[in-house]
Amino acid sequence: MRFILTRMKLFLSTLLFASMANLHGAANNALDALAAVGPEGTGNETAGAAWKEVVSAGPSAIPAVLAETGKGSAVADNWLRLAGGVIVEEALRAKQPLPLAEVEAFIADTTHAAAARRLAFDLLLQADQAKADALQPSLIQDPVQELRRGAVQRVIDTAKTQTADGAKGCYLRALDAVRDEDQTKLVTAELRKLGVPVDLPRHFGFLMKWHVIGPFDNTDRKGFEAVYPPEKEIRLDAAYDGKDQQVKWLPFESADEYGKLDFNKPFGLQKEATAYAVTTFDSPVERDAELRLGGKNAWKVWLNGALLFGRDEYHRGQQMDQYKLKCRLKKGANTILVKCCQNEQKENWTVEWEFQLRMCDSAGTAILSAKADAK
Amino acid sequence: MPRLRPLSTLALTLAMLTVSSFAGDWPQFRGPDSTGTAADAKIPDQPKIDWSAPLPGRGLSSPIVVAGKVFVTCSSGPKQERLHLICFHAADGARIWEREFLATGRTMTQQKTCVAACTPCSDGRRIFALWSSNDMASFDLDGNLLWVRGLTVDYPNASNSLGMASSPIVIGETVVTMIENDSESYSLGLDANTGRNMWKLDRPKAANWTSPIPWRADAKSPPVALLQSTKGLLAVDATSGSRLWEFAQGASTMSSSVVASGVIYTPANGVVALSPKASNAPPEELWHSKQINPNTISPVVLDGRLFSINGAGVVTAADTKTGGAQWKLRVAGPFSGSPVGAGSRLLVVNEKGLAQIVDITAPSGAIVGKLQLPLNEETKELVLCTPALEGSHIFVRSDSALWRLGE
Repeated sequence: MRFILTRMKLFLSTLLFASMANLHGAANNALDALAAVGPEGTGNETAGAAWKEVVSAGPSAIPAVLAETGKGSAVADNWLRLAGGVIVEEALRAKQPLPLAEVEAFIADTTHAAAARRLAFDLLLQADQAKADALQPSLIQDPVQELRRGAVQRVIDTAKTQTADGAKGCYLRALDAVRDEDQTKLVTAELRKLGVPVDLPRHFGFLMKWHVIGPFDNTDRKGFEAVYPPEKEIRLDAAYDGKDQQVKWLPFESADEYGKLDFNKPFGLQKEATAYAVTTFDSPVERDAELRLGGKNAWKVWLNGALLFGRDEYHRGQQMDQYKLKCRLKKGANTILVKCCQNEQKENWTVEWEFQLRMCDSAGTAILSAKADAK
Repeated sequence: MPRLRPLSTLALTLAMLTVSSFAGDWPQFRGPDSTGTAADAKIPDQPKIDWSAPLPGRGLSSPIVVAGKVFVTCSSGPKQERLHLICFHAADGARIWEREFLATGRTMTQQKTCVAACTPCSDGRRIFALWSSNDMASFDLDGNLLWVRGLTVDYPNASNSLGMASSPIVIGETVVTMIENDSESYSLGLDANTGRNMWKLDRPKAANWTSPIPWRADAKSPPVALLQSTKGLLAVDATSGSRLWEFAQGASTMSSSVVASGVIYTPANGVVALSPKASNAPPEELWHSKQINPNTISPVVLDGRLFSINGAGVVTAADTKTGGAQWKLRVAGPFSGSPVGAGSRLLVVNEKGLAQIVDITAPSGAIVGKLQLPLNEETKELVLCTPALEGSHIFVRSDSALWRLGE
């Protein structure tokens, strides 16, 4: 019965929300103008006036602002976000009512765009912190990574007040939900203190088993653009002319629990060198995914022969999930090729020649290969 | 005088109007014309805290002061992904409005810096704010959004994993911004009205934290933009982005140049004094002094002398005609922010929040006043910004607070 009532409430809220979104046809053209802002500021000429129009519509425009968010680019979302924030600020100042029930219903409906739900939560927080605080625990398994964080933090905070058994339960619950690196480190450390093993590569979806080949030349940093044989074919039994000698593919597995693949280990300390790593990821279905890479060397990543992204920056810093590469996995075997270039710098902070790569969804939840072994 | 491309009468008029509307304001990084000085300001010898206001996030960008309002950028959130612009009353520190949006570019930075590293700029009517994520937005003084851009969305390899820090300037109707880094490196001239590109210049592929500065041949000429990089100094027409002249002997990628009486003082393995010629020929090198080492600090010119601070916290006063050092004075460092000056006083604020006022007329310079800002010791809070001056007031910010200091 409770389930039916809840569904009815959600349905009615959605109906109300939809009708409110349509009620404000006058502002719809203005909202369209904001959502239509494109690359290099195209549409900015009209968006400035449209933004004022949306803001002047006041609280009644909030549902339509949320409905429009996520339909265009991230920059268009910022136009809408800034409109929503100002509407709430001015309504609070004028003590005008805000459609917070609709905003809460919008957050609860996970079919809405991630950017829109995130905006909805931020507007709720801005308008009524108590309501946002009450809602937050329900977001612990949310499909939006940023919405989980607060709920996970609450569980972590609760764990700190518990006895060992209670804390263990809290931390296990947190581990199930946590996706951010800093929180995961904290939860893992506490669980390990309590004698609970944590498999971080599996939790994050790091790709651990690879075949590697190198070194090829990177003198004058030309290796980044050079097309070496692994970019033309993947044949693990092949041998090629490398920088100084013939090179062959070698099996190599990362021993780092954050998935770092260190080329200095198979090839020795090298400078002005390029290497490749290849692995196979088996997906049971065709699906959207993210390859998330961290690294401080120049790199390129290909999925099934298509270049996803490349970056020629050296030794400026490394972080997990530094780069998020959206991709589409095909059903079955997917070939992932990584190129990693080491430059000429000799300082002791330029020794690293490595990358870390993981497969996950947009919430940072690991996607594991259906077959454990790499090619 | 360098040969300039013809400007429309309207653009020229607007350029002149824009420059003349700044009296009393501190409209950008290092103030009017990026000189670090304000002719009508006064630095109190014994400053006191007039007021302080809490800030919603981190930042090493400087406050700017426009029409009685102070504007400050911040970044917050677990990944520094929330970008803030806050407007305060200069008189009492009351918060007037705050705008917040999300970074669309990368927010990774070295730990000491953060995403709010670039100082906003203003033409007296609008604020143009940039963050390390290459997100840029323009607001009117009442907080109405005029435009927003996500430059990493448009140019996805433009970023620096240590963090970006160059601050934009506005010349006439063009916002000039340097998005220079190891990979997709460029400078942009944006239409101040719409944020659309007016020009885009490919730039040396090298990390660069310096800021563009305006330079004008004489009072009647419109300012041109000087872009500093590891290759040297490039003068470009702000409206068209066309190259005017270049000093190609290399320059610092951290401390920015300063202009006084038409001469450009460029940090370049010491400091080089450059006098541009009346053609597109490279500027004349007046002197090059390796005695002056600005390290990461941008120098300032006051009373015919160039002042710089080296990594050891030693202020050097050098003759602007010869580059010869006149005196050296040790002050308490370390410094991330640059000195500013007015009249006979130089103000330096070190990372530990100690404001020190130097009398530059004393034979070897003399510290005549100090004020310790109340930093949060628990968070090991630092002051990394360059102060702003307005009237007899000083504005300084940390990761948690904005202060106005007065007499």
